[in-house]
Amino acid sequence: MSTATPATSAQASDVAAPAQLASSEPPGRRRIRSPYPSWFFIPAIALYVVFFAVPTLASFYFSLTRWSLFDAQFIGIANYVQFFHDPQLYTSFIHTLIYGVLTSGAKVVIGFLLALLLTSPVIGRGYLRAVVFFPVLLSTIGVGILWKSLLDPFHGMVNGVLGFFGLPQPGWFTDPNLALYSIAAVDIWKGVGIATLIFMAGMVAIPSEYFEAARMDGASGFRIVRDITIPLSRGATATVIILSLIGGLRSFDIIWATTGGGPGFTSDVIASVIYKQYQAGFYGLSTAGNVVLFVVVTAIMVPLSFALNRKQVEL
Amino acid sequence: MTARRVRAWIVGSAAILVSVVVFLVPFAFVVLQAAKTPAEASDLKFSLPRSWQFFQNLVAVLQSGDGLIWRAFINSAVLTVASVALMAIVAAMAGYVLARKRSKWGPTVNFFVMAGLIVPPAVVPTIWVLQALGLFKTMPGMILIETTFGLSICILLFRAFFNTVPTELDEAAIIDGAGRVRLFFQVILPLLRPVIVTVIVVQSVFVFNDFAGPLYFLPGTDNATVQTTLYTFAGQNLSYYNLLFMDILLITIPPLVAFIFFNRQIVAGMTSGAIKG
Repeated sequence: MSTATPATSAQASDVAAPAQLASSEPPGRRRIRSPYPSWFFIPAIALYVVFFAVPTLASFYFSLTRWSLFDAQFIGIANYVQFFHDPQLYTSFIHTLIYGVLTSGAKVVIGFLLALLLTSPVIGRGYLRAVVFFPVLLSTIGVGILWKSLLDPFHGMVNGVLGFFGLPQPGWFTDPNLALYSIAAVDIWKGVGIATLIFMAGMVAIPSEYFEAARMDGASGFRIVRDITIPLSRGATATVIILSLIGGLRSFDIIWATTGGGPGFTSDVIASVIYKQYQAGFYGLSTAGNVVLFVVVTAIMVPLSFALNRKQVEL
Repeated sequence: MTARRVRAWIVGSAAILVSVVVFLVPFAFVVLQAAKTPAEASDLKFSLPRSWQFFQNLVAVLQSGDGLIWRAFINSAVLTVASVALMAIVAAMAGYVLARKRSKWGPTVNFFVMAGLIVPPAVVPTIWVLQALGLFKTMPGMILIETTFGLSICILLFRAFFNTVPTELDEAAIIDGAGRVRLFFQVILPLLRPVIVTVIVVQSVFVFNDFAGPLYFLPGTDNATVQTTLYTFAGQNLSYYNLLFMDILLITIPPLVAFIFFNRQIVAGMTSGAIKG
């Protein structure tokens, strides 16, 4: 037993206590009673069941109804038929996949490269770390408004600079072909700091002997990254992919703050469709969208997290 | 050795230059916009204000809409403090038993914790539940919702930390005559300070910045939080970009303060799990 712990000093002052305790209770009683009360779970379970599990389970039923919150009329799979029939709705499904994969992939690549840079001996590391991470803590709505101004097609600073160099000046949030990708870029700008941080934590944990040995053997910087850093950052890579994909597929705030799903429906994702249908009073359809999102997220995340975790064990 | 020093300088300088363009210019843009006159701000130019209206704009924002910003800040503060406090205590209790007690329910509980992390909340059914409980559009309802949505990640953080607290400590306390509740609240909980600070800071930033939650579950001007206020403001006052950006600046202050004072804890909270995956 460690002598540094505060409890041991308290114990030393009261040596007789164990004997007294044992005699005051019927023998065997103490061993059955675990010191860890199960009722400690109850608050967490109560909240989880009432505000998370019940609504999730109820969503499967209500997605099959025409619903006004007060009465629900069963209409079978009509809501789902409408969701996958109406181009305004099913494109959101495709946009969700594009958006999730694009932002997650970019965060992995850029985050990894930034982490490489920020764990190598360069000047201004502390400043660079701070500045890359800070947008993570900003209000998503604020970031949306900021970039809407910076990327304004006529007055925005970005197009001003592009125009100065004689380059094309696209309508970032107003061009139907571009809006979704512009939002993804803003999302990456805001969120890459977290990926960088996770990669940095993973890289710092790699024993430095590996790098030293490789350098002694004359390995080039590129080979060290390819054969040591990348394979040994697998845990971090898995975490970044999982976290950013969960966030990306569920993304709503940044889209709502920049384009509101527009122009038309070209940057609508499932989460924004859920909100729009809710606003319009189509609660059943909105909930069907919720179930679709649930299926998309679990169908991607469950196999992916199994695959990523297994690879790690093999290592 | 000198070649490496030179490289560190060149690469570092290049990175700093890029970071100025990509990150500092946007940050500076917010500050500059917030200091301009309405006419100048609507140009959206990256330029120094011709006359600095910073203080006047600040006063104007704080007075706009009958002190709506004040109410929003109070609402956000109440929501953040209450839900994070609740989240920390509830998750610490659950994480403690989950980490300590060997039980056949362990895998099941893990499954539900992971589900809470992955599954997107079903919004309209949640409103339905809140309405049935009489909590829809109320602050207590919103607090309970934020608490629930943050539980999973907090339980994971706590459980990871409990594994580093030796069980001998529990035994010693029990032998000394501590009851089960006292063991947790007086022996274990004080040892959790680092992870509690992490949980509080990270979740505070998260709840404070949450927009979708209050949008769905706490509508109405009386209940407006800073995020919903900012969103409404952006929709209404396109001729007052200066005030809009002043509002953004004000909303950025709490996360900035958290960042300056608790940078280490935030990093710990966001990277735990990175190595063990």
